[in-house]
Amino acid sequence: MSNLKPETGSFFQRDREWHPPALTPWYKTSVLRSPQKSLISMDNTISEITGPRFGHNIIGELDNDLVHNFARPGESAIGERIIVYGRVVDERGKGVANTLVEFWQANAGGRYRHKKDQYFAPLDPNFGGCGRTITDENGFYTFRSIKPGPYPWPNGVNDWRPSHIHFSIFGHGFVQRLITQMYFEGDPLIWKCPIVRTIPDRAAIERLIAPLDMEATIPMDARAYKFDIVLRGRRSTFFENRKEGN
Amino acid sequence: MVQDLGRIKETPSQTAGPYVHIGLTPNFCGIGGVYDADLGTSMVNDKTRGERITVKSRVIDGSGTPLKDALVEIWQADADGLYNSPSEMRGSADPNFAGWGRCPADMDTGEFVFHTIKPGRVPFRDGRLMAPHITFWIVARGINIGLHTRMYFGDEEKANAEDPVLQRIEHKVRVPTLIAPREGNVYTFDIHLQGDRETVFFDI
Ligand SMILES: [Fe+3]
Repeated sequence: MSNLKPETGSFFQRDREWHPPALTPWYKTSVLRSPQKSLISMDNTISEITGPRFGHNIIGELDNDLVHNFARPGESAIGERIIVYGRVVDERGKGVANTLVEFWQANAGGRYRHKKDQYFAPLDPNFGGCGRTITDENGFYTFRSIKPGPYPWPNGVNDWRPSHIHFSIFGHGFVQRLITQMYFEGDPLIWKCPIVRTIPDRAAIERLIAPLDMEATIPMDARAYKFDIVLRGRRSTFFENRKEGN
Repeated sequence: MVQDLGRIKETPSQTAGPYVHIGLTPNFCGIGGVYDADLGTSMVNDKTRGERITVKSRVIDGSGTPLKDALVEIWQADADGLYNSPSEMRGSADPNFAGWGRCPADMDTGEFVFHTIKPGRVPFRDGRLMAPHITFWIVARGINIGLHTRMYFGDEEKANAEDPVLQRIEHKVRVPTLIAPREGNVYTFDIHLQGDRETVFFDI
């Protein structure tokens, strides 16, 4: 269980009743994109226990600063300035060190820099909407951004996404791979959103809502939101059942 | 009362949404100047050991339409069957092969193309060798939690027949959904989300 030795145990089984099911008809796109047959369950092999790693050398100086990483020199993105920080741990509470965390979001008006986004809120010439960082040896990460705006989307006739930031996290084994979304404390749109409501359990949804943390704000600059992320835990390999000779 | 096991439940998944490219392949969707290059676009270099192959894939929905907004990541062993990962305890993998690739669907055709090498065989938990395979992870708008599957190689009939994972699939008629036919050095792996040919997905 030491940090010094790479861990090679297989991962805890995923609790599929905690995660959203594949088929959630109120989120219409899921209807034709949800597998209908049972998943085949199988304990991890080496192919799942292992996973890619990324070195700190891939990370540029502004990669975790969405206020500036797309802005013209001397300018910055428009919006409410925020810090998002937290810790990536596994289901045992153990920090996940040196893992890549990527994030993307709409601008302050709720518009994405993407040719498929037709919402008439304007693009901000100083905001790209992507960032990334690698957790430290204890699993901590942080980035700076602006608070994304809510936006309408074609599902029901009047569905709005709450303000949110998309997250992609690797972990150390390929089956820890996770994509999720962070929401902001106090946003009334959270509980109306069909995508949020693909998650059956209210307690699970609350795990995606980042609280405002006044103690971590930068006075006269940016407010802070804390978002901890939990990846699948790894079984300890104190005693492994192996066939003799292996 | 007993002591608390101290476990925390996993963060629940949410769909990658229609704009996954902004976060994972910004250069591909026209957001230049933030990162030098998109991660995972180039898997091999001149020194990589192994047979060069191309994997072409599509993810097809229940109406037969290829998804044009999906993103796929693949993970595979090197030519000797070793993974380039700190959790690989059997030896050091080829330093010129990371084993990981990321590709967004072509916005017009829905095609994914990976230029990689054919992986070696990797042992199953009990020591038996698995057939060569590539792990796929698929995310997209409308997919609430990433889908895991495996691609096996159509020209490995013998290895595929003794593969412990393929053997575990009860309905043998579904095994071919995981096997990519070969033509020249191109393997074609169409992933069907639904229907008669629904691909086997794993809870792994
Ligand atoms: Fe979004």
